[in-house]
Amino acid sequence: MTLDRINPGQKARVVEVLGGWGLRQKLNELGIAPNQVISVSNSSIWRGPILVRINSNEVALGRGVARKVVVEVIP
Amino acid sequence: MKIAMAGQPNSGKSTLFNQIAGYKTVTSNFPGKTVKYTETKVRFGGDILDIVDLPGTYSLTSFDLAELEARKYLLKKEATVVIDVVDASLLSRSLELTLQIAELETPIVLCLNMMDEAERKGVHIDSEALSRILGIPVVPAIAVKGKGIREVFQAAVTIGETQKLPNRIEYSKDVEQVVTELESVLEDECKKMNLPRRLLALKLLENDHYFMKCIETPTILEKVKECQKNLEISHGKPSDVVISSERHAMAMNIFEEVSTVTEPEISFRDHLDDLLMHRYVGYVALAMILYLFFNIVFGIGQFLESSILEFFDSFIPHLSAYFSGLPLSLVKGVVEGFEGGVGIVLPYLVPFLIGLAILEDIGYLPRIAFLMDTFLHRIGLHGKAIIPIILGYGCTVPAIMGTRILESERDRFITATLSTLIPCAARTTIILGLVAFFISPNAALAIYIFNLVVIVMLGLVLSRFMPEITPGLILEMPSYHVPSLKSIVLKTWLRVREFIYIAWPLLIGGSMVLNYLNYTGVDHYINQVLSPLTLLLGLPAAVGITLIFGILKKELTLVMLIQALGTSHILSVLTRTQILTFTVFVIFYVPCIATLGVLYKEFRFKKTIIIMAITMGLATLLSLIVRMMGIIIS
Repeated sequence: MTLDRINPGQKARVVEVLGGWGLRQKLNELGIAPNQVISVSNSSIWRGPILVRINSNEVALGRGVARKVVVEVIP
Repeated sequence: MKIAMAGQPNSGKSTLFNQIAGYKTVTSNFPGKTVKYTETKVRFGGDILDIVDLPGTYSLTSFDLAELEARKYLLKKEATVVIDVVDASLLSRSLELTLQIAELETPIVLCLNMMDEAERKGVHIDSEALSRILGIPVVPAIAVKGKGIREVFQAAVTIGETQKLPNRIEYSKDVEQVVTELESVLEDECKKMNLPRRLLALKLLENDHYFMKCIETPTILEKVKECQKNLEISHGKPSDVVISSERHAMAMNIFEEVSTVTEPEISFRDHLDDLLMHRYVGYVALAMILYLFFNIVFGIGQFLESSILEFFDSFIPHLSAYFSGLPLSLVKGVVEGFEGGVGIVLPYLVPFLIGLAILEDIGYLPRIAFLMDTFLHRIGLHGKAIIPIILGYGCTVPAIMGTRILESERDRFITATLSTLIPCAARTTIILGLVAFFISPNAALAIYIFNLVVIVMLGLVLSRFMPEITPGLILEMPSYHVPSLKSIVLKTWLRVREFIYIAWPLLIGGSMVLNYLNYTGVDHYINQVLSPLTLLLGLPAAVGITLIFGILKKELTLVMLIQALGTSHILSVLTRTQILTFTVFVIFYVPCIATLGVLYKEFRFKKTIIIMAITMGLATLLSLIVRMMGIIIS
């Protein structure tokens, strides 16, 4: 499952960030790294970006970026 | 003593800097507003301190130009002390940068900023314990309220004198082994680059592209690759992930040791976001906020403009009682230039900038970026590009500088081109002072919408010509902050000052020159040279000269227009269509001199010429369309 398919309000654990060195590092800096628990707090219309909550802060990710984050849903 | 302020974006470096240095740099609530560093000298106690405000960076790996600037500065190791400014509510993440700065082997002071915000979010930090673990002074502060400022700089001065280095934080054993192994071959390279060996070894293991390029000796490069491979095999993941997850774990451990986390207070700010970021309601709110913003600015401006102009209208005729001939022309020029500044520009400029400052400080701009990302995607850009574009409504110069937060050169160029078309505060005064004032507020609103449509279409065209996949939006959403009155006032003043010191003298000087040209009859020849253009657009020849002045400063065109036409009752000499044609031309044609200067600095000669050509072509084409439509309708 990738992050772009998570519904708002759902929690998930990051498994892996696909994509190159640059994206991996960039997302890691913002706290989106393997084993981190995150939740999706908002997603916009027309395949726009989603809003991801990591601990106490929020990061907006474009759909293309979110599609590269592999996660497992936490029920 | 040189003190550099480093830290992650939006952690409050500039706020802290301004608290000690007087208001020297613009602060706002969105990540990445500082794109180049500001340096200043400050007297503190008995010392003179050299303080440098760096752009924010999430780590010592850089992705955009602003981050690169910060990292370059830190690696030069010019600073005696680094103040690492941290948003206390994001301590665990911020510590990852702190650990990297510590690897630079420079004395550090950790400033735990926004302590109030952290408490509200339920993060309680024991700063003494943190200081013990890291081996550096840790000072809690609330920079916006001026709390803890003296203490931070006092700590910096003290540690600058003792030169006490931070504790070395160890990675796990097998990683340390590889680091030591790599360090042993890096001695010469480190001397060459003037970097600590441990730092270079770690960066190379992280496969940092910048440092990898610096290694030229093939045998060393081979060794680096071998060490990366070893880590990859023993941990089963790429070596950069090994290092970053270790660092992540260290930061987490330290964070858990020094802080307790309780339930965050749920405040109305959290509910506010549900509304403002809602997938449908969000857009309605955005439209309402902008509509309100526009109407308030116009309402205040109109009231002031009409009463101030009335005063001058009754006053100027009396001048002929005291002067005659050339002196009369020149004195009138001065008075009219002064009138233009106080009566036409400032009434709109000041409320506009106050409004923009409020939206910036609340933290609404990144939300607009989120909402607009979908649409910007259609024109081949991503949401972050909206931030320079919004700044463009204030002034084009910071907008173009602001494109540095974009990662790709192509995005930067397209965004910069589009932001030159955004009506800046100067052009807003023209739209409001001319179109809204003489035709109707709705006509002015229509111009803004027309402008946006043109920008979207140009964006589509440009991204067709420069096809490339943009990197996609990755943007942190800062928390909402209650704007501080002081910050709003000072920021507005900093921006208005630009007008008062630079544009207004130009306005008065230009107004005198115009009157002089008028007196000697030279303006006639200039207008004749420009007559093909004015004729094409169906404007009186007399406005030709105002367009030349407009290149200096856009607001000059309006003031000069009144002068060139010899009356402030524009409607008696221009038709509505002519007013609209003129305004559209002025909005789109060649950006002002200051903008051209910054374009040249950021994009060099060729691209600046391209932008000039695009804007000139667009301006002629669009104003011609307006003229045609005017003919058809009437």
